[in-house]
Amino acid sequence: MAQTIFHKAETRGHASHGWLNSHHSFSFGTYYNAERMNFGALRVLNDDTVDAGMGFGKHPHDNMEIISIPLEGDLEHKDSMNNTAVIKNGDIQAMSAGTGIYHSEYNQDKDKRVKFLQIWLYPNQRNVEPRYDQITLNLADRHNKLQQVLSPNPDDAGVWIHQDAWFNLGKFDKGTTVDYSIHKAGNGVYAFVLSGQVQINGQTLNTRDALGIWDTEGFTITATSDAEFLLMDVPMEF
Amino acid sequence: MNQENQKSSPLGEDLGGASSAIKILVIGRHPEILATVVRLVNNNPDWIATGCQTDDEAIQAFDEQAFAMVLLGGGIPPESETRLSAYFIGCNPHIRIVQHYGGGSGLLTAEIYEALR
Repeated sequence: MAQTIFHKAETRGHASHGWLNSHHSFSFGTYYNAERMNFGALRVLNDDTVDAGMGFGKHPHDNMEIISIPLEGDLEHKDSMNNTAVIKNGDIQAMSAGTGIYHSEYNQDKDKRVKFLQIWLYPNQRNVEPRYDQITLNLADRHNKLQQVLSPNPDDAGVWIHQDAWFNLGKFDKGTTVDYSIHKAGNGVYAFVLSGQVQINGQTLNTRDALGIWDTEGFTITATSDAEFLLMDVPMEF
Repeated sequence: MNQENQKSSPLGEDLGGASSAIKILVIGRHPEILATVVRLVNNNPDWIATGCQTDDEAIQAFDEQAFAMVLLGGGIPPESETRLSAYFIGCNPHIRIVQHYGGGSGLLTAEIYEALR
């Protein structure tokens, strides 16, 4: 029988640093909740808003798969692999920190804030060679259907990472329903609502609510209003 | 590089409190990341970190200080992790050995709190 865990939006950790407003689905920084450490291999889901012209200075990462999904505005990325790029709504960025990298992220715009999701997954292999990737997605491909934006396979749709994880984005009109099949035995899905209202197996989720579901082969998701959401299909044991 | 990080003033006098702090050995191959992690650990007045880049430095530091925890950082090959873990557990069966992920401040505090539970 499917097991679930429901995380209301307002139960997330919160950090306000003036220029940065962040909501943490799991323990992060100074927010520590022993009951909110991870969902399987999903360790970090930060819902960040960065003020105009501000950002994260040069800082290190290692042994983590880091995915950024911009929701609003432009985010400039620079790293120690000599990558300089700007990601914007409709893009997805993946970085394998592996043996270690440095990077910075800034809101390029001097007038508008930037909003983005910062997602960290434990890798399935430690100390890999660091790598960076970003792609632009076709927003029409998620209208009333699921758009795969991440997988473990370089030849598959979306970016790829060193973990048996699959991410899908959906932008559904009210009343749209889809059945989702979990990609791999032992995986679970952490569903995060970006806007609107959806139902998953009878559980109602509003904006920024999340539902973790595992020990099942799949589930049904229904938009009970116009809604956008992200499904993160990740190993529960890793 | 063995980064000794006793809590002291710029003049070097003992600021006190360090003797009751939890001693944490941080091992990592990347010097800048190692320095960052050591600095972040030391931001907590209840913790005191020593950073080591090589296996030999780590073993020497472990022999000289009573660490409560070891953080294994990035870039350490599996054979080194196995060797170091076996040595540390052989010396102190109660030692807590933690795989440190992420490199920066995001996960560090929670990893240490979890290990200390």
